[in-house]
Amino acid sequence: MMLMKRRDFLKAGAAATALAGLYGCAGAGKSGGHVVVVGGGYGGATVAKYLRMWSEGAVQVTLIERNPSFISCPISNLVIGGTKTMADITVSYDNLKSKWGVRVVQDEVLTVDTGKRTISLQAGGTLAYDRLVLSPGIDFMWDEIPGLKPAAAQNQILHAWKAGPQTVALRKQLEEMKDGGVYALAVPKAPYRCPPGPYERACLVADYFKKHKPKSKVVILDANEDVQSKKPLFTKAWNDLYKGIIDYRNNSEVKDVEVASKTAVLEFDKFQADVLNVVPPHRAGQIAAQAGLKLINNRWVDIDWLTMESTNTPGVHVIGDAIFPAPTMPKSGHMANQHAKVAAAAIINLLAGEAPNPSPVVMNTCYSFVDAKNVIHVASVHQYDAATRTVQPVKGAGGVSAARNELEGKVALGWAKNIWADMLA
Amino acid sequence: MKLHTTVAALCLFAAGTAAQAADPNLGRNLAATCANCHGTNGKALAAPGSGLEPLAGVPKATTLQKLIDFRNGDKPASIMHQIAKGYTDAQLELIAAYFAAQK
Repeated sequence: MMLMKRRDFLKAGAAATALAGLYGCAGAGKSGGHVVVVGGGYGGATVAKYLRMWSEGAVQVTLIERNPSFISCPISNLVIGGTKTMADITVSYDNLKSKWGVRVVQDEVLTVDTGKRTISLQAGGTLAYDRLVLSPGIDFMWDEIPGLKPAAAQNQILHAWKAGPQTVALRKQLEEMKDGGVYALAVPKAPYRCPPGPYERACLVADYFKKHKPKSKVVILDANEDVQSKKPLFTKAWNDLYKGIIDYRNNSEVKDVEVASKTAVLEFDKFQADVLNVVPPHRAGQIAAQAGLKLINNRWVDIDWLTMESTNTPGVHVIGDAIFPAPTMPKSGHMANQHAKVAAAAIINLLAGEAPNPSPVVMNTCYSFVDAKNVIHVASVHQYDAATRTVQPVKGAGGVSAARNELEGKVALGWAKNIWADMLA
Repeated sequence: MKLHTTVAALCLFAAGTAAQAADPNLGRNLAATCANCHGTNGKALAAPGSGLEPLAGVPKATTLQKLIDFRNGDKPASIMHQIAKGYTDAQLELIAAYFAAQK
């Protein structure tokens, strides 16, 4: 009720501002407003905290998240490899509530009415917003792997590409597999969430096999022509550490599965495994399409890089893996956190009738474990380019590790600790 | 709609030319790109052996010199030599100034 009043007040204010010009070229000032954030992952949790922090509490924030706690995808491959536990990658939303005053609602958003600026919730009722941030992550395109459409099939042939129960279940399958068994991992065509993730997973499963089930094998069925990230470093790790264990097969797109026999169906061939792990192709979380946002290739949300706002739906900002990425930009948790800060800064300005920052910068670092201790990184910096209206990678900046090393193993865990705090503490 | 776009573009242009000097949040926004590793507002959590340093309250000249040394290859690094090259001199200065001002 109070929020509705605030919204009406803002609407009146916005109408007055419109007469003086769209953004009004106004001076500094902190205006309130109600922002609803959908999804409490790397993007959503960060934007919720930064909206509260940077507006000094002036902007009201409601975060809708279906899970009771945050569970991190980065570092989850170490749980699958057996050297970390779920507790190590789970963080509470309590600080967002108590320290930052974010209203956290555990629920599922069913629909967005972008005309009325409301969302409807599974538990019932609607919620009004002045601006909406969607950080829905990805949904899987089950139609692309028909055998995986039934829920029962999805519980046997796992993806474990959203950290949570699937992470635990995949670990259990690997523990139960006999020595001498074959673990096969199907990688979808790019773009997909976390480009180096599959290759890291292959390394960590191979590391587990090497120590505990030395007769077992890892087969990577990659739909792509080649390794998608840090190729020389991964290839070197496979040759140095996992020769005879990891078998990498390019151009091996999995088109279907035979669930009972754990068989992957390729274009001209079949591959039977003891543990079959299929990461299906994915697209922006379903709510993006439901809201009527413009999608590119019917998959990823087209956004304005100055505001992270949908190009066809004013007032709806989209961040994280769900967006159509800028050139060379990976779909990563780190990048979602960076999108969130661009969105938070822009939303605070827009609510105050000011223009957004005309020169946003985002950067990415991604650490991959090639065994329980050694890590390799890739980094990049992306600056807004007015001519192409997108963020472009800075030439000469960024790069990869010179070689795998234990120091970066410590940095990777320090990164996780700090980014989780940057989102949630 | 077209008029609105034009007005918006003019506003953006005006904001763009004045931004480096006038936007009080430019340093804040740039420094936020460092927070993933160095903590919100530069208040990094201790991570033994990682070398991830807190930047809050560090004098501007100290941070700026480190960033320039990373960029020029004068200070050994695992990753910062690659990241520092992605920012302009003016941006590095804004970042160092923002962190220096954090208590």
